[in-house]
Amino acid sequence: MSGPFRFDGGPIDRSVSLAFRFDGRSLSGHPGDTLASALLANGVRLVGRSFKYHRPRGVFTAGSEEPSALVELRGGAWREPNTRATVAELFDGLEAFSQNYRGSLRRDLLAVNDLLAPFLSAGFYYKTFMWPKSFWERVYEPVIRASAGLGRLSGEADPDSYDKGFLHCDLLIVGAGPAGLAAALAAGRSGARVILADEDFVMGGRLNAETHEVNGRSGADWAAEAVRELASMNRVRLLPRTTVTGAYDHGVYGALERRTDHLAAANGKPRQVLWRIYSKRAILAAGATERPIAFGGNDRPGVMLAGAVRAYANRFAVGAGQRVGLFTNNDDGWRTAADLARKGVEVAAIIDARDRESVAEVPGARIVMGGRVTATRGRHGLKEVALATGERIGLDCLAVSGGWNPNVHLTCHHGGKPVWRDGIAAFVPGDLPPGMTVAGAAGGAFTTAAALIEGHRAAVEALGELGLPADAGDAPGASDEAANVAPFWHVAESRGRAWLDLQNDVTVKDVVQAHGEGFRSVEHLKRYTTLGMATDQGKTANVGALAIMAEQTGRTIAETGTTMFRPPYTPVPIAAFAGRSRGRDFRPTRLTPSHDWAAERGAVFVEAGAWLRAQWFPRPGETYWRQSVDREVLQTRGSVGICDVTTLGKIDIQGRDAQEFLNRIYANGFATLAVGKVRYGLMLREDGIAYDDGTTARLGENHFVMTTTTVNAVLVFRNMEFARQCLWPGLDVHLISVTEQWAQFAVAGPNSRALLGKIVDPEHDISNEAFPFMACGEVGVCGGAPARLFRISFSGELAYELVVPARYGEALMEALMAAGEEFDAVAYGTEALGVMRIEKGHAAANELNGQTTARMLGMQRMVSKRKDCIGNILSERPEMNREDGLELVGFRPVNRSEELPSGAHFLSIGAEAAMANDEGWMTSVAWSPELGHSIGLGFIRNGHARIGETVRAWDGVRGRDVAVEIVSAHFLDPDGERLRG
Amino acid sequence: MRYSVLQILRQGLTGNRGWKPVWREPEPKRHYDTIVVGGGGHGLATAYYLASAHGLTDVAVLEKGWLGSGNVGRNTTIVRSNYLLPGNEPFYELSMKLWEGLEQDVNYNAMVSQRGIINLYHSDGQRDAAARRGNAMILAGADAVLLDREALQRKCPYLDFDNERFPIKGGLWQPRGGTVRHDAVAWGYARGADRRGVDLIQNCEVTGFDIRNGVCHGVETQRGTIGADRVAVCVAGSSGRVMGYAGLRLPIESHVLQAFVTEGLKPAIPGVITYGAGHFYVSQSDKGGLVFGGDIDGYNSYAQRGNLPMVEDVCEGGMALMPMIGRARVLRMWGGLVDMSMDGSPFIDKTPVEGLYFNGGWNYGGFKATPASGYCYAHLIATGAPHPVAAEMRLDRFERGAAIDEKGVGAQPNLH
Amino acid sequence: MIIDHPLLGPRDAQEFAILGDASLIDRPDWQAEDAAKLFHDYLHLRDNPAGEHRELWFHEQGDRSWLVVTRSTLTHEVLKVELARDVAIARGRDR
Repeated sequence: MSGPFRFDGGPIDRSVSLAFRFDGRSLSGHPGDTLASALLANGVRLVGRSFKYHRPRGVFTAGSEEPSALVELRGGAWREPNTRATVAELFDGLEAFSQNYRGSLRRDLLAVNDLLAPFLSAGFYYKTFMWPKSFWERVYEPVIRASAGLGRLSGEADPDSYDKGFLHCDLLIVGAGPAGLAAALAAGRSGARVILADEDFVMGGRLNAETHEVNGRSGADWAAEAVRELASMNRVRLLPRTTVTGAYDHGVYGALERRTDHLAAANGKPRQVLWRIYSKRAILAAGATERPIAFGGNDRPGVMLAGAVRAYANRFAVGAGQRVGLFTNNDDGWRTAADLARKGVEVAAIIDARDRESVAEVPGARIVMGGRVTATRGRHGLKEVALATGERIGLDCLAVSGGWNPNVHLTCHHGGKPVWRDGIAAFVPGDLPPGMTVAGAAGGAFTTAAALIEGHRAAVEALGELGLPADAGDAPGASDEAANVAPFWHVAESRGRAWLDLQNDVTVKDVVQAHGEGFRSVEHLKRYTTLGMATDQGKTANVGALAIMAEQTGRTIAETGTTMFRPPYTPVPIAAFAGRSRGRDFRPTRLTPSHDWAAERGAVFVEAGAWLRAQWFPRPGETYWRQSVDREVLQTRGSVGICDVTTLGKIDIQGRDAQEFLNRIYANGFATLAVGKVRYGLMLREDGIAYDDGTTARLGENHFVMTTTTVNAVLVFRNMEFARQCLWPGLDVHLISVTEQWAQFAVAGPNSRALLGKIVDPEHDISNEAFPFMACGEVGVCGGAPARLFRISFSGELAYELVVPARYGEALMEALMAAGEEFDAVAYGTEALGVMRIEKGHAAANELNGQTTARMLGMQRMVSKRKDCIGNILSERPEMNREDGLELVGFRPVNRSEELPSGAHFLSIGAEAAMANDEGWMTSVAWSPELGHSIGLGFIRNGHARIGETVRAWDGVRGRDVAVEIVSAHFLDPDGERLRG
Repeated sequence: MRYSVLQILRQGLTGNRGWKPVWREPEPKRHYDTIVVGGGGHGLATAYYLASAHGLTDVAVLEKGWLGSGNVGRNTTIVRSNYLLPGNEPFYELSMKLWEGLEQDVNYNAMVSQRGIINLYHSDGQRDAAARRGNAMILAGADAVLLDREALQRKCPYLDFDNERFPIKGGLWQPRGGTVRHDAVAWGYARGADRRGVDLIQNCEVTGFDIRNGVCHGVETQRGTIGADRVAVCVAGSSGRVMGYAGLRLPIESHVLQAFVTEGLKPAIPGVITYGAGHFYVSQSDKGGLVFGGDIDGYNSYAQRGNLPMVEDVCEGGMALMPMIGRARVLRMWGGLVDMSMDGSPFIDKTPVEGLYFNGGWNYGGFKATPASGYCYAHLIATGAPHPVAAEMRLDRFERGAAIDEKGVGAQPNLH
Repeated sequence: MIIDHPLLGPRDAQEFAILGDASLIDRPDWQAEDAAKLFHDYLHLRDNPAGEHRELWFHEQGDRSWLVVTRSTLTHEVLKVELARDVAIARGRDR
C-alpha cells in the first residue's frame, strides 16, 4: 500500500513514481494511472464545478463518459480545457487545473447560483431578461456568458502538429474488450486484414476492470496475451489510444489516435492522427456504459458509478473511498462490493432497490433490500447517505448502478434508431450502417461469455461475407454472470434535487417541469432542459431522463424514443480535423516560373487564387506602392514591359471537330478562325451570364490552344469536358489542360517588337506585315528553344505573349530582361497590369463576377444568333435585355484630384441615398499615370446614352461622395492604333 | 401565462409546479381557413403573423415531427442583413428589424444578441466587393462598417492576420448582426401563435393535397383529410417532396449542410466571424460552445448527415483563420437538409394551383430570414399580393431572367 | 463516400466535382419552337427525388471522366456508376 487509497496488485508500475500537480498541489502517481485514478489515490475528491449551479464535482466514472471530472490540462499555449481526468494518462510533470469557478475551487463565488436554483429551473432564461430591451447585450448576456462556459482556451495558436492518414482493411473492429479481442483473434488467425481500435491505452476493456476469468485464467491476463498474439500478426494493425468517432458512408470510419498526449511533450511528433479508415466490414464491439440512479443529492463527489469504483479497485489498485456503500438495481453492482471487500475496503452498506433476497453475503455490510437512498450530505465530498427508512449511514463513497446502456452510438450515425429491449432495460442497436455488425455488450450481450462468443462469430461471419477463408478455431470461453436488472430510475422519495445530467445540472424536477410545459418529445426535452448537451453528450444521463419523461407521459420508454446520436463519439480537437492544412499549408501554393527571379528582385507578391503573383517590383527609393506601379505602367507604355502571365488557364484542343466545338463553347463565332490567327472569345454559362473570356489561337488545322482567366481555369475546363462528353459526344475533339506545362510572358509596349527581335530566332519574321495584330505561330527563341508567339494585347500597346515550355520559363524571363536592357525594359506586376487594363476598359474579375450579361459588357452583338452555343438561348430572357439595363462605362472625377472609390454606388445628383435611387456601382478604379488622375470602370443604368453626364459615386461605407463624369471605358487610344502598330 | 421576472419568482417559490404548457395539443379540425404545412421556424412565424398582423386565427400548422424540428432546430443561429442585391437586402433588413422587436412582441426571450458579424476580406478585389456590399446595405437602411486591417486587429486580435497563405486585410462589419437562440425562436412563435388561437398539430405529416380543377381544397395527412381555403407550404428541405404531391417541379435541390459545436468554453469570440479565404464561419453561444460551419457537402441528400471531407475542410478553414481554437474539441456535428435554389435565393409566392402557396429555397440561410419570411408569407396569404420587400422572390424569375444570384455562380445549387 | 469508377475502380468521392442531376445531359434543341421554355426547364427545374437519383460527377482529380452515378439520396448508397459519355450516346446525343 502506498497511501490509504492505494492497494497492492493491479497493472500499476509502483517502481516508478510520476510527479504531477493539480491546482498547484504536488502529488504523485504511477505509470498505468489516469489523472483520475491518481487523484483518487491521493484522496482528492473535489475536482471541479458543475456548469449551471457550480456544485462541487468529483470523479464519477472511469472512462470517456465522464461528465464531472473535467480539468484544464497543461499550461500556456498547450492548455486543453475540459479534459476528462478519467482518460488523461498520467505522465511525469503533468499539470492540471480545475475549472469553471470564480475565486477558488473550494470557495466558488458562483456557487451562489445553487442558492438561487429555485429561480433557475429549466428554461428560466426564456422567460426573463427581456426588459429593458437594450439590457440584453449590455448587461444580462455579458454576465451569463462570463459565468457560462467551462474551461478556457489559451488564446494562443495551438503549437502542436496533427497528421491525417488513410487506412484500408477487410475488417475494422471498434473496441478491444472481450468481444473485440475475440473478433480480432478470429479474423487475424484467418489471415484477414484487420484493424483493432480502442480508445483506452490498455486493450482489454472491462476485462481489465473485472475479475472474470477467460479460458481459465484472469481476464486481464488473457487480454494481454491476446494483444501480444495480435501484435505478432502482420496483417493486423492495433490502434490503442484510438477512438473511432464516426461512421460515414460506404464503410468509411473516422478515428482519432492520440500519439503524444500521454507524454510530457510531443517533441516534434504529431500530437494526434486523424485516420480515415476504409473498411469492407466493421464490428462494433464498443461495450456498454453504466448508468446511475437519480436520488436526492446524488451529485456529490464520492457518488460514483459502481463499475467505475470496481475499475479503480481492480485495474488501478485505488480505493475510491475508505468506507463504501452500494446502491444498485442489479446483480452486477454487487460485484463492486465483493471486489472491494476482497481488497480489504470497508463495505458499509448495500442498498438494493429490488425487493428480493440478498444476492450475496458481504462481510460487515449492512444489506438493505428494497432500499432507497433519498439524500446525501457532505459539502465537498460525500459524508453520509440517508435512506427512505430514515436510516443514515456514514460513507465517503457510494457506488451506484442503475444497469448498463449498450454503446450504440456508431450504429446511429446513419440514422438508425436504437430499439428498447425490456429484458436488459436498455436501448440496443436498431438499423445498422451497411457493413456493420454488433457484438458483445454494445449489442446488449452483457456477459463476458456472450461477448467472447459474439465477437468470434461476428468475425467469422464477416469473413464469410467477404469470401475470405475463416480459420478461427473456437471462441474463447468464460463463465456466465447474471445481471438481473430491474428497471429503477429515480428515488421518488428523494429529498432535494436528484441529478440526471451532472454536468449541465439537469434534475428530475426539470424533466417534470419540461413535461408540464409541453416539452414532451425527447428533442424538446433535450433542447429545453439542455439534457445531454454537455461534453459527455449525456452518456450517463439520457436514458434515465427518458424513463422519467415516459413516466410523466404514461408512455413506455420504447414509445418515448431517444434523441439522435451524432458524431463524434467523443469530442475531437478542431486542429485534428484540420491536420497539416493550416498556416502556409492551408492550401497549396502555386508559383509562376519567374517566381524565384521576381523574389530575388524584391517583388511584392499577391495571392491570385492558389497562385502567388508578383504584384509590383519596388526599386530602391520607392517607398509607396504607387511609385512602383506608376513607373511600371509608364515604362511599359513608353518603351516595353514584361509580365509573367503563366497563371492564365491554358487548354490544348485538338481534333477534327475542334473548331466546331469551340464555336459552341464561345458565344462569338469561331467557325472562321484561320490557322495562324488568334481570336478573343467570350464564354457564357448556360444561363446566359458571361463568366469567362480569353483568347484562342489556331495553331493548325485541327489544333487550337485556349487561354482562360486565372480564376476560372479549372471551371472552364470542367465545363468544356462536360460539353465534350455529355452534350456532344459525337464530336471528334480532345482537351487537355496545359496550364502547368507552358510559361507565358506578356511583352508589351512600343519597343516590344524590337525586344522580341533579339529573342525570337531570326528565321521567324515578326514584322507587322508578316505577323500582324492577332497573329500566332510556333517559333524558336534563344537559338532553337521551342516557343509559341501570340500577338495579343491586354495593355492596349503593341504587345505579344511569348510561351515556352515551363522549364524554360525562368531562363526566358532573364533573357527577355537582358535583351530589354537597351530599351530600359521593365518587369511589371499585377497592379500595373490592372491599371493598364482599366485604362483600356477591359473587363476582369471585378466585372466578370458571375452577375454580368454580355449586354452589360457592351458585347451583346458578339453573341451569335446564327449558331448553337452554350448560353445563347437563355441570354435572350427579357429582364437580361432591358433597355434601361446596366452598362459598363468609364468614370472620372469631376475634380480631377479626387480619388475614385471602388464599390461606390451611383446616384443621380440630388437623389436621396436610398436603394430606390441606386443606379449601379463602380467595379474597378485605378490611378492613370498617363492621364494624371483617377479613373474607374463601372456599371450604370443606360450608361452609353449618358456619356458626359455627372453623377455621384456614393461611398457611404467609407464616408465619401464623389462627383463623377460618365465617360467611355476606353480611356486611352480608343481606336486601338497602338496595338496594331 | 405572461413570462416575467415576477412570474419566475412566484413559480420558484412554489416549486416550479405552476408553469402552464407553452402550447395546446389540439385535435385537428375538419376545416381551416388556412393550413400552414411545416412547423419549423418559417411555418410557425407565418402562423404567428397571420394571427397577429392580419387577425387570421382559423389557422392550423401541421408538423410531421415535433415543433421546431426543421432547420430552425439545427442551424448555426446567425442573423444578419448583409446582402448585396436589391432583390434580397430589403427583405433581410426587414427581418433584422423584426428580430430586434421579436422578444417583446412574443413575450419570449430568444436571446437575440447583436454582437456583430464580420466578413473578412483578403484582397483588394474582395475589399471592393465588400465596399459595394456595405454601400448596398446602407442604401437599404441597414448598417455596415468597412474595417481596415488595423481597426479589425483591435476588435479581433486572435485572428491570424499574417497567415502565410491568405493574410487578412480587413472586414465588413455589421454591428447589428449576431445570433439568436434558435430553438427559442420556434417556441416563441409557437407560443405566440397558440395563444392567438392557432392550432399547432404535431406528428401530422402531410401526404398529399386535395386538388380539384386546379384549386387546392385542403391536405391529406396521416390523421385524415383536412380542408382549407388556403394551403401554405413551408417545408424547406422537403419542398421537392411535398410540392411533388401537387405535381410541381421546383428550381430547388435538397442538400446536406453540416454544422458543428465544440465543448463549452469561457468567452473567446465575441461576435460572428466569417472567413473570406475558406469556408468557415464561427460564433460562440451563450453556453460557451463555438458554433461553426462551412460549405455544403455538394451532393443531393435527404439523409441529414454528411461526410468527413467537408468536416475537415471546415476545420482547416478554422485553423487557418484562428489557430487558437485548435485545442477546442468538436462535441457534436450534424447535418441539416437544406433547400438549395438555382440562384441561392428563396421563393415566397403563389403557385399555379389556386389556393396553394409556396415558401422555400432558403439555401443555407433560412434562419436569419425567419421573421421576414413569416411576415411576408402571411402578407401574401392574407392580402393576395406579395409584400414589397419580397416582390422579387418569385417562382417565375428564371423565366424572366431575373435571378437573384448573390454569389454569381449560376444555376448550380451546390455552388451557392 | 466511394465512387466505383467504371474504368479506375473505387475512388474517394473527394476526387470528384459534382454537377447535379443527370438530366443536364438532355440539353434541348436550340432551334425548337419553344426553346426558351425548354432551356428554362432544363437548366432550372429538378425532380429532386428522395430516393434514387442519377447525377453527374466529374473525376477532376483523376481521369477527367464525367460519370453518371445512380445514388440514393436517402441512404447515399451508390447503385450504379456509368461513363456519362456512354449514357449520353445511349440517350441519342451525338454531334
